[in-house]
Amino acid sequence: MNSYAHKIFAPPQLSRRFAHVWRRNFLVWRKLAIPSVLGNLADPMLYMLGLGYGLGTLLPQVDGTPYITFLAAGTVCYSTMNSATFEALYSAFSRMHVQKTWDAILNTPMGLDDVVLGEVIWAASKSVLSGAAIVIIIWALGLSHSPLTLWIFPLTLLIGLTFGSLGLVMTAFAPSYDFFMYYFTLVITPMVLLCGVFFPIAQLPPLFQYVAGVLPLTHAIGLVRPLMNDHIPNAWWLHVAVLAGYAAAGFYASLVLIRRRLLS
Amino acid sequence: MLVLRGVRKFYDAREVVCGIDLELKPGECFGLLGPNGAGKTTTLRLALGLSDPDAGAIHLLDRNIPRHAREARLRVGVLPQLDNLDPDFTVFENLLVYGRYFGLADALISSRIPELLQFAGLEGRADSRIQTLSGGMKRRLSLARALVNDPDLLVLDEPTTGLDPQARHLIWERLKQLVARGKTILLTTHFMDEAERLCDRVAVMDNGRIIADGSPRELIARNIEPEVVEVYGDAADAWARSAGRSVCERVERIGETVFCYTQDDERVLATLENTEELRYLHRRANLEDVFLKLTGRDLRD
Repeated sequence: MNSYAHKIFAPPQLSRRFAHVWRRNFLVWRKLAIPSVLGNLADPMLYMLGLGYGLGTLLPQVDGTPYITFLAAGTVCYSTMNSATFEALYSAFSRMHVQKTWDAILNTPMGLDDVVLGEVIWAASKSVLSGAAIVIIIWALGLSHSPLTLWIFPLTLLIGLTFGSLGLVMTAFAPSYDFFMYYFTLVITPMVLLCGVFFPIAQLPPLFQYVAGVLPLTHAIGLVRPLMNDHIPNAWWLHVAVLAGYAAAGFYASLVLIRRRLLS
Repeated sequence: MLVLRGVRKFYDAREVVCGIDLELKPGECFGLLGPNGAGKTTTLRLALGLSDPDAGAIHLLDRNIPRHAREARLRVGVLPQLDNLDPDFTVFENLLVYGRYFGLADALISSRIPELLQFAGLEGRADSRIQTLSGGMKRRLSLARALVNDPDLLVLDEPTTGLDPQARHLIWERLKQLVARGKTILLTTHFMDEAERLCDRVAVMDNGRIIADGSPRELIARNIEPEVVEVYGDAADAWARSAGRSVCERVERIGETVFCYTQDDERVLATLENTEELRYLHRRANLEDVFLKLTGRDLRD
């Protein structure tokens, strides 16, 4: 292997320097925090309350719970996924390609690995924020009182890392913002429909159930929904392992691709 | 300060840097000149360890590049060709956040900011948003940002491209101050007056090679006749073919203008007196003449 390939495929160099990138993004976010939080919350809340109460009254119990409680767990995961995805696609692309913020950072003693790690953890932080806000609303509406719901907070971080890493893989390829439409149309939207956000996976034909079984959102919901219903999830370690596997593989892939894009 | 030995770089099969040698001495201002696409920016990226050379050796502040590039960059300030200030931040926040990338404590950075703003002529603008700054102000802020870590070496990629004359002169004056304070500067430019004013030494780069280097005076003395007479007007062509050719060492015609290069300006000027239809300008040869002679007059895009 030549030295270029060696550099591109090198294992991630993780360092606490990522915190400088995280703090930079946090400082920007803080300036726009209120509209940003409201914007992040409005969409999932409308779906959850509109469909939950509207459609829910027409339905009997779903998997032994009222439909809105069923949907609430899906909404937490969906919203957590979306926050990290938008951050890793549009916002990171704008910092990488449009504003050249990364180029500015790379002229200092920061490495590209520090930048990418900072971006993934930042995207996951946005997920924690969205997920947490919805959990608090769920508590406030009395949809769940289980103390096990506290476990959802660390899980939103894991889900955020998963979708932040996968999003950065797309960003590494993207020539322009328009490119991200493919990801939404081909990956995110099918995942929302297949992975049990709105209805149980068991309603799907067997082939689709099989596909759903390998998608990360299914495993996120597989953890969050039982916790909401005051159960410890079956085979929780398997769900955690799948999410962590996607996060690790996605992070490494995005790092390799971004190195190739920026360090040639 | 910075040493490049036999450095080569390929993009796919195309060689963009073809075995260059460079050595920067402490305290000097060194200019890398060349037309667009000559390989100047790639050379800077190689020197900073942002791109790996395919052959050759690079040392930046006594550290091996790219192996120890991060450590070396602690003592380097970089002004990129295109401003990449953070549009979401104020002037103050831009400097603060940038200083953090060097691992500097907020208190230390904050204590340096008033002086940096004064240097950049941005006193009282600490809380201004970036969008409200003029092009010249942004450039000066970028320069101040490159100084936030109090670097030993400044790497400036086309520091005054796109600025109006007032803004350029202000940047030049600040760069001279920095050299006077003992900073070493490596800059790229395609403005020859800029190089002539600022640089102790220059190297002319074309198609990935250094084709000449030395002080601006040496380059002029070595490469070109000392006097230039530019002749304009409808009759310039006829003059060049008759009198011009016999009295000038070298004649070039570009569009409507005849450039006459000579050792003996008086003899040339004598042939131009009493010719009403000819206008002319007599001047000393400058670095631009050398540059055009060495790199040709073809357009580079």
